[in-house]
Amino acid sequence: MAGQQYDAIVVGSGISGGWAAKELTEKGLKVLMLERGRNIEHIKDYVNANKESWDFPHHGGRTQQMIQDYPVLKRDYPLNETNLDFWCVDKDHPYVETKRFDWFRGYHVGGRSLMWGRQSYRWSDLDFEANAKDGYGVDWPVRYKEIAPWYDYVEKFAGISGNRDGIDVLPDGQFLPPMDLTCVEKDVAARLQKIYNGSRHLIIGRTANITVPHGGRPGCQFRNKCWLGCPFGGYFSTQSSTLPAAMATGKLTLRPFSIVTEIKYDKDKKRATGVMVLDAETNKTIEYSAKIIFVNASTLNSTWLLMNSATDVWEGGLGSSSDALGKNLMDHHLGIGAGGVVEGYEDQYTFGRRANGFYIPRYRNVGDDKRDYVRGFGYQGGGTRQGWQHEVAEFSIGGQFKDAMTEPGVWTLGMGGFGEMLPDPTNKVTLDKNVKDKWGLNVLNIDCELKDNELKMRKDIIADAQEMLEKAGVKNVSARDGDGTPGRGIHEMGTARMGRDPKTSVLNGNNQVWDAPNVFVTDGAFMTSASCVNPSLTYMAFTARAAEFAVNELKKRNL
Amino acid sequence: MINRREALSRVAIIMGGTILGADAFASGIRISTTNIALTKMDIAFLNEVAETILPKTKTPGAKEANVGAFMQIMVNDCYETKDQAIFMEGIKKLDEASKKMNGKSFMLSTPAQRTSLLVALDKEAKEYQKTKKWEEPKHYFSMMKELTLTGFFSSEVGATKALRHVAVPGKFIGSYPYKKGDKAWATS
Repeated sequence: MAGQQYDAIVVGSGISGGWAAKELTEKGLKVLMLERGRNIEHIKDYVNANKESWDFPHHGGRTQQMIQDYPVLKRDYPLNETNLDFWCVDKDHPYVETKRFDWFRGYHVGGRSLMWGRQSYRWSDLDFEANAKDGYGVDWPVRYKEIAPWYDYVEKFAGISGNRDGIDVLPDGQFLPPMDLTCVEKDVAARLQKIYNGSRHLIIGRTANITVPHGGRPGCQFRNKCWLGCPFGGYFSTQSSTLPAAMATGKLTLRPFSIVTEIKYDKDKKRATGVMVLDAETNKTIEYSAKIIFVNASTLNSTWLLMNSATDVWEGGLGSSSDALGKNLMDHHLGIGAGGVVEGYEDQYTFGRRANGFYIPRYRNVGDDKRDYVRGFGYQGGGTRQGWQHEVAEFSIGGQFKDAMTEPGVWTLGMGGFGEMLPDPTNKVTLDKNVKDKWGLNVLNIDCELKDNELKMRKDIIADAQEMLEKAGVKNVSARDGDGTPGRGIHEMGTARMGRDPKTSVLNGNNQVWDAPNVFVTDGAFMTSASCVNPSLTYMAFTARAAEFAVNELKKRNL
Repeated sequence: MINRREALSRVAIIMGGTILGADAFASGIRISTTNIALTKMDIAFLNEVAETILPKTKTPGAKEANVGAFMQIMVNDCYETKDQAIFMEGIKKLDEASKKMNGKSFMLSTPAQRTSLLVALDKEAKEYQKTKKWEEPKHYFSMMKELTLTGFFSSEVGATKALRHVAVPGKFIGSYPYKKGDKAWATS
């Protein structure tokens, strides 16, 4: 069945897909955005957004039925009854784990932009130059200077709250007013500043929650219910931000339940001509054609799509003329850190619920610091006063026990590391030849693990956290040592990296597939290295940049 | 919650707590669940157990939040079969312990008798917790106490009357005056 002709097709509707749709439509293109899952309408479909714990049958917990239905999601915090509809049903979407990889996915309009952690940090040249300097992976074809204006551009639209901290490795941006640090966070921040002579900083997290009205959105109400979808448009998501902008142009068509199975490729013209869509509800296939295609299906699914395309020309799919497709899968490794008790401040508390924490930017292997591993890590944490969950030593049950529990406990401060994972070609995805999903599509096989460099770094992450907290006067400091299973960061990156050489990279510096210059991959798949900062802001910036490039190339009739 | 991951790690670091179901992958236990049959009497009994743990003071107690009914839902839907059995058996054991200690069933005991029984059971459960192997189930009283605390403090009565709750704070203040006796916020 033949479909319509569009100027551009955007595959996926998450953070980067939403940006692609907004930019391309605003530049006058007629765009079709394809989403494999159902539609979720802003506000109207946030069915749990105004519920309190007692409005849920299990007060927000997880049932045995959920554990059975979500064999992957159950491995960590996301599985609970408050926003279950925002995660894909694992049993309907199998994948093969040669090594354990926790893949947490959101298959619906908006993708994981609805559930993301919202932490938004710029990269610096410490990150863009890392591969070239230490020799892991290939060199990024882009430097900070080129991407900085695009960070400006996306920050202004998305609305990022933060403080201008003046830290080299973490460039300042176009910030809305920062959120408040708590009194104990300020205390520890001041001590760290002194102890480490200004080389380590504890700053307020930079987050895509708007602290003042912005872009027609009322803003963050400090309910800390972001994950239920925000009726106040308090945080950036496709629904709150890019989708309404794209819709306002009158040039966007959004088609849910559309699994893109293949990019159609004309080997003579060396151009993509369109995509094949499998309707997830009717199982019918439809072909749509377009002049350009933006692939934003989420890192691993974008690579899956390339692997399934142009297989008559290249057995391994579009982009496999290089040796890079499917390789160099990265995440941020986490699950480790330390925490303890901050004494004093009994006459202080907090008001409101801050969906944000503090951040300690990378300081390892910066300047003169040299470790027995390369790259580095940052910490995210919080210093808050305990609520009812505190220990009551004197009483075990009864009225005095209850009354003691209903008062806040001591102040605690804890933090966990986010470590950079090196690009390593043996960390990879392939098409599994044996396992198919319910639509008969071959699924991905993921083979990825932490290697020597990450394991060495993790020792530092724990030791440094303990040392810093102890030196800063935090008491009863205890370490948390998790296993750091890849995937848990929910920051899948790589597998279709950009580079300077078509032999060793899938994309060029403008996110164009070398073998099909009218195909742009601008989600996490393009990442040539991982940095240690949360990646979404960087996807936004590269997507907006690629969209402008693509439209200019169209105008010049180069595509 | 301060951010999505730190929330979890902080719970583990600072509270030394466990999160229900979090160990399912690591243990690789095949999960099955059966419907437990709790009577109205059982729920009334559990409400009295809960009320003894968190009684009415100047603020309402656990019974007013119907924590007994919450326990039934949680044990039914969220507990593994082996834990369900421990819990069900626990209802009987608690009553037997009452007869042994106070010469009468729990429901017929005075508030003081109920309290001294549960203080003893809490001690017993804590001792057991210290020596039990990781994979062994919890003491039934630990289950009841945990369900009472989470059930009550996350209930509307518990969150808004025993604790403080503001549905839409509208702002965040990192240093906010506190004086002894002020209630904790229900959620962070």
